[in-house]
Amino acid sequence: MSAVLMPVVEGLIPEFEALKKRLPPNFESTLVMPCLHRVQAVRGYVADEDIVDLVKYLGVPRMQIEQVLSYYTMFRRKPIGRWHLQACRNVTCSMRGSERLVDALSRRLGIKPGETTADGRFTLSEVECLGSCGTAPVVMVNEAYHENLSTEKLDELLGRLS
Amino acid sequence: MPGTPLLMTFPVTATSHLLAEYRARGGYEALEKALTTMQPADVTKEVTAAGILGHGGAAFPVGRKWAVIKPNDGQPHYLCANADEGEPGTFKDRWILENNPHQLIESMLLAGYALGVRNAFVYMRGEFDLPYRRLQAAIEEAYEAGYVGKPLFGTVHVMDLVIIRGAGSYVCGEASGLLTSIEGKKGYPRNRPPRLTVRGLYQRPTVVNNVETLSNVAVIIRMGSEAFRKVGTAKSPGTQLVSISGHVVRPGVYEVEHGYPLAKFIYEDCGGMIGGRKLKGLIPGGISAKVLTGEDCAELTYDHGSFDKAGSALGSGGMIAIAEGTCMVRLLQVMLRFWHHESCGQCTPCREGMGWMHRIIDRIVGGQGRMEDIDQLIAISDANDGTTICGMGDAAGYATVGFIAKFRDEFEYFIQNKRSKYGGVLEVGATEVAHA
Repeated sequence: MSAVLMPVVEGLIPEFEALKKRLPPNFESTLVMPCLHRVQAVRGYVADEDIVDLVKYLGVPRMQIEQVLSYYTMFRRKPIGRWHLQACRNVTCSMRGSERLVDALSRRLGIKPGETTADGRFTLSEVECLGSCGTAPVVMVNEAYHENLSTEKLDELLGRLS
Repeated sequence: MPGTPLLMTFPVTATSHLLAEYRARGGYEALEKALTTMQPADVTKEVTAAGILGHGGAAFPVGRKWAVIKPNDGQPHYLCANADEGEPGTFKDRWILENNPHQLIESMLLAGYALGVRNAFVYMRGEFDLPYRRLQAAIEEAYEAGYVGKPLFGTVHVMDLVIIRGAGSYVCGEASGLLTSIEGKKGYPRNRPPRLTVRGLYQRPTVVNNVETLSNVAVIIRMGSEAFRKVGTAKSPGTQLVSISGHVVRPGVYEVEHGYPLAKFIYEDCGGMIGGRKLKGLIPGGISAKVLTGEDCAELTYDHGSFDKAGSALGSGGMIAIAEGTCMVRLLQVMLRFWHHESCGQCTPCREGMGWMHRIIDRIVGGQGRMEDIDQLIAISDANDGTTICGMGDAAGYATVGFIAKFRDEFEYFIQNKRSKYGGVLEVGATEVAHA
């Protein structure tokens, strides 16, 4: 490994190498998803330079990484708000009040689903089933599930997010 | 508890997911027993004799899937636990991943021994955070304890285990789409044959089993197939983790012994419907399983035979109870929006069909529906059936046809009157739900 890498991917190489040891030889392609997840966790999104670096490090075609990034909804190519609110809108959540919840969120933040507040604090998204139906409605705030939400609990939660 | 439990057998505490406590419950004893007293083929034989069916949705006999693998054919074999759990209404595997991750690991080691697997994977949906951290921590414990990554109990059998996280694609819960995703590509499902047990991950024989299915393997080896078969019914041995949600008083994950009366489960174990309402409909196993009416449910028992006869399926065990007063047209709209969103776009009938059906239902809900739209939805569903690589388009069609068959009058009312018969309500009894 002699290629020159930029800091984000460079800093993650020890982690990637550790994972590689638990995979069979020649499984570089399998590392595409884990690498993209880690890059996004560090940077907040996947930048052009990360793609270039992963092409160098993994030896997979750039097109493959671009396809993965555009296919999977969780991967982002642009930065978003500091707090990403992802409200489930699927069957059970809508039966337990997610429509009211999203309306309340929209009003409170002054944005529609898919948008980010002008101060860069919040991004609101509507998503499909998060596998949390027994504790519906659920909103994901960054990585954490917030379950059994009511508009009051949501207000309280938003107050805590800086 | 609705019947005899096999998996939810211990009180969940802040530490019950840790290795020390799993061992104290008898954990990893089945692994030692198998590795020291059984040949790999004996493990497969036990699992086959137990008669366990897949718990992910398709109810394929596990023994038949495993039997395709020839452990000594000189090529690598892979094992994947499907922890993608994306079928709406389903949140049962999460219970295992969060509360008993070592049971999955032990079971995967057993399956790996039986199938000659050197490398195993857990494919977990990317949104799962706590389940991921719990399982990853358990895997690290298992590596440190020498269960994973080292030869086991004086044998030459070694297995490595890694988690690969998905990134928000429903179709990756389909076994071949899952493998394509592990290969680091768009999660497109593949044509079968060849079966995945012949050509799976990187074209090598691969077994993909659901998390709950696999977790039963340690139970089967520990208690023996004969004792296992005493739980459940002759045709549906064992139990199912049922995740029930919707308009019930006590939603959650319950382990239901096959053969248990459905009405008793809903009205006694789950406390009935909120506000004492009547059960209008039941989606029994994820939204891809055909909806049943409250009347259909009265005499059913919770097993494959009973549900098959009623024209539906146990599916993934993701049950959604719908109370009287809910608008079924808008509920179908939510479902069709989901399928349209999740169609991977590989096959034309699904890619175009889901969008078309979504537009039709939007039109009906928007008050612009035409009476022929109802039959059009059925026609698109029929045209989809069997024409796509994976089952998603089929399932969406069956579910749509099921909704229309059981609640056609509501669709007709909506179109005729340009409004819902039930005021478009999805959230019945909002004021009665105590948000804890």
